[in-house]
Amino acid sequence: MKIAIIVFPGTNRENDIRAALVTAGVAASNLQLIWHRETAIPAATDLIVLPGGFSYGDYLRCGAMAAHSPIMREVKSAAARGVAVLGICNGFQILCESGLLPGVLLSNQGLKFVCREVELEVATNQSIYSRKMVKGHRLRAPVAHHDGNYFAAPEVLAELQDRDQIVFKYAADDNPNGSALNIAGIIDSSRRVLGLMPHLENATDPLAGGIAGRAMFDSILNG
Amino acid sequence: MIKAQIFVTLRAGVLDPQGSAIGHTLNGLGFAELSSIRQGKYYEVELATDDRKLAQAQLEKYCQTVIANPVIESFRIEIL
Repeated sequence: MKIAIIVFPGTNRENDIRAALVTAGVAASNLQLIWHRETAIPAATDLIVLPGGFSYGDYLRCGAMAAHSPIMREVKSAAARGVAVLGICNGFQILCESGLLPGVLLSNQGLKFVCREVELEVATNQSIYSRKMVKGHRLRAPVAHHDGNYFAAPEVLAELQDRDQIVFKYAADDNPNGSALNIAGIIDSSRRVLGLMPHLENATDPLAGGIAGRAMFDSILNG
Repeated sequence: MIKAQIFVTLRAGVLDPQGSAIGHTLNGLGFAELSSIRQGKYYEVELATDDRKLAQAQLEKYCQTVIANPVIESFRIEIL
């Protein structure tokens, strides 16, 4: 599998996702970091990752400037061709700002940056990102964000539920940010574009953060 | 040259924790009459044109594409 990791000014988790993918079995030669000023994504790319961080210093709104970076035109057209796109944390915010996912991520309800482990629930395994997981299964993963409070109009939330597009939820008693429907991760209607707030890439090493996140990478790589 | 102002405000129903925090602080200082305060954003813009109609159209595009997110915000443009 060929994977392109997009790097914006302020992105800081590109090496975390790269390490998680190498741990999961991806050859380093199949992983490429792509600077946001680039105007092409390598041919035969199977997965594009928008990693976490603080692109453009979170100016204006989180992800708003990155959503208009030159490379995002290519990300959008790749997504339209069916290339899988995974946005984690700031990547999720960029996907919402660019219109690849509905809704928006507002400031955490408690107004604080939250950096801790949370309890997640697999809300569906009908996705290339969760097919090796069990629906309803709980896992612990770290979050580290200031703007993770998912918000969308009531009709959009109803549609996400009706179409089984909520992939990960916070446990009802462990919602760290006030997110609607306890949403931690949603997939688009093509079921190829996932936005995810928790850092499952930081839950792939038994020495640091546990290995609960490995099931997502196993799902991506070993359908 | 045309000068303009853009006001971006959160739509009704969108939580504004910063506005709430500011309100709590003002209430705590004794300003008991304050019942609601919502935080927004304000921009000062200059356009290198004298065509007010064009300016209005372009300013709306700025807001729709970058400056405001229609999911949570609405905007108001004032050409001076």
